[in-house]
Amino acid sequence: MKYETDLPVMLPLKRHQSAPFPGLKSKHILAVALIAIIGPCVAFAQAPSGQESPLTVLLNWAPLLLKGFIFNLIISISAMAFGTAIGAILGLGQISLIAATRHSSWFVTQFFRNAPWLVLLFFAMFLLPFEINVLGFKIPFPDWLKAILGLSLPVMANVSEIVRGAVRSLPSGQWEAAESLAYTRMQTLWLIILPQCVKRMLPPWMNLYSILTMATVLASIVGVSEVMTLTGQALASEGGRPELLAPFYGFVLLLFFIYCYPIARFTVWLEKKYAVIN
Amino acid sequence: MSWTTADPMVSLKDVHKSFGELKVLNGVSLDVMKGDVICIIGPSGSGKSTLIRCINALNDIQQGSILVEGQEVNDPKVDKLELRKKVGMVFQQYNLFPHKTALQNVMMAPVRVLKQDKVKVEEVARALIKKVRLEGKENAYPGELSGGQQQRVAIARSLAMQPDVILFDEVTAALDPETVGEVLQTIKDLAEDGMTCILVTHEMAFAREVADHIYFTDRGVIVEHGPPETFFQNAQDPRTKEFLSQIL
Repeated sequence: MKYETDLPVMLPLKRHQSAPFPGLKSKHILAVALIAIIGPCVAFAQAPSGQESPLTVLLNWAPLLLKGFIFNLIISISAMAFGTAIGAILGLGQISLIAATRHSSWFVTQFFRNAPWLVLLFFAMFLLPFEINVLGFKIPFPDWLKAILGLSLPVMANVSEIVRGAVRSLPSGQWEAAESLAYTRMQTLWLIILPQCVKRMLPPWMNLYSILTMATVLASIVGVSEVMTLTGQALASEGGRPELLAPFYGFVLLLFFIYCYPIARFTVWLEKKYAVIN
Repeated sequence: MSWTTADPMVSLKDVHKSFGELKVLNGVSLDVMKGDVICIIGPSGSGKSTLIRCINALNDIQQGSILVEGQEVNDPKVDKLELRKKVGMVFQQYNLFPHKTALQNVMMAPVRVLKQDKVKVEEVARALIKKVRLEGKENAYPGELSGGQQQRVAIARSLAMQPDVILFDEVTAALDPETVGEVLQTIKDLAEDGMTCILVTHEMAFAREVADHIYFTDRGVIVEHGPPETFFQNAQDPRTKEFLSQIL
């Protein structure tokens, strides 16, 4: 419902329009850098003399860890793409006029949305075969692919809810106007409803991506060679020196922070931008 | 039995409609001939909007008959899309598509629904925008237009489908007073062009000026109707009299 008014108090709150990263000042960058440096320094202070400094060790391993991190990103992007594609279909199923489609889509969505991600991951890992027989050809089904499938299940369910919520959030007048102009339901959805929904779906969708990226480390528990697995292996091969724990895991934290923080800021910026327009 | 212009274009007979327990229409009958402009007036909640929303099947009815050009609307087998190509509608809240420009709003339905040639549609659409006096606003988005301008785009959008009759559902009720006039003028132009119009309105002076026939509804029935002169000067029913005395 939109009210026409001139009263300033009745107008939507207009926030200051700003760049995506308004609050990011040099002091913040300094703080991040400090965290990155303090860890190794503390570790260095604890290091017995005669051994390589933790920083040097970390630098030696950094290229491998970075590769592992990129693998995490590949898992996150693939799971997001797959989950979004299926989730969008499921979300549209939830607003279907056919009761059976609507109810089954709702059930699948709720089932996977209310399941712990780790359990879904285990589910995918241990219930899927390690290879599939298609017409006599054996197609291998590696762990990382299972991890992608496992992680895309909760993504799918959340995307489904995002789609349903966005469609429901549009004023019913849009549907009525389209109906009265003799659009079919499909045309209404594709030409009028969904284009308007994309804007509304983008912030929660990016939020979800951020959460998914951070959840990719769960794959380490099921043995995928991503950054956490590699970190553990690197630490083991350095003889399990306790002073290495902080810099190594600090490094991993930093990688995720550098990747996810801009996404979070950009999401906030998008939310503000669209809040003012709508 | 085929429909001719000698028959009513829209004909309602004993229409009943309820939302659950709430009875909204309690046996409404009215006829609209081609080229007629009729105004439906009455207190809030008397079922005026529901009444016209039944004509293009946005609402279904429980009992009675609605014929549009001889075609029964209260029939599960009715082709609603074909019906809505004949019956245009303009809403109180304009309901323009905010992600499309004024011109695109007008062009979209003829191109996508009627599958007409885009070049020709654009020509027609520009002419319609000119007709509703919005030349120069073709590329503006609805958010950049005033309420009155948006409503005129909505009228142009409805006209682009070349309907035989247009339903106006309290189209000036959400407007600023200074923009009401421009929208009413647009409707008046249409009426003079011979467009069949069914209006739900609170603008009594306007109703008196353009309507061929006025219907007064209260509690889901038509209490009184007649041509504007007799209706406004010689209202018979006490409910009509009371309503008019409050409004005028």
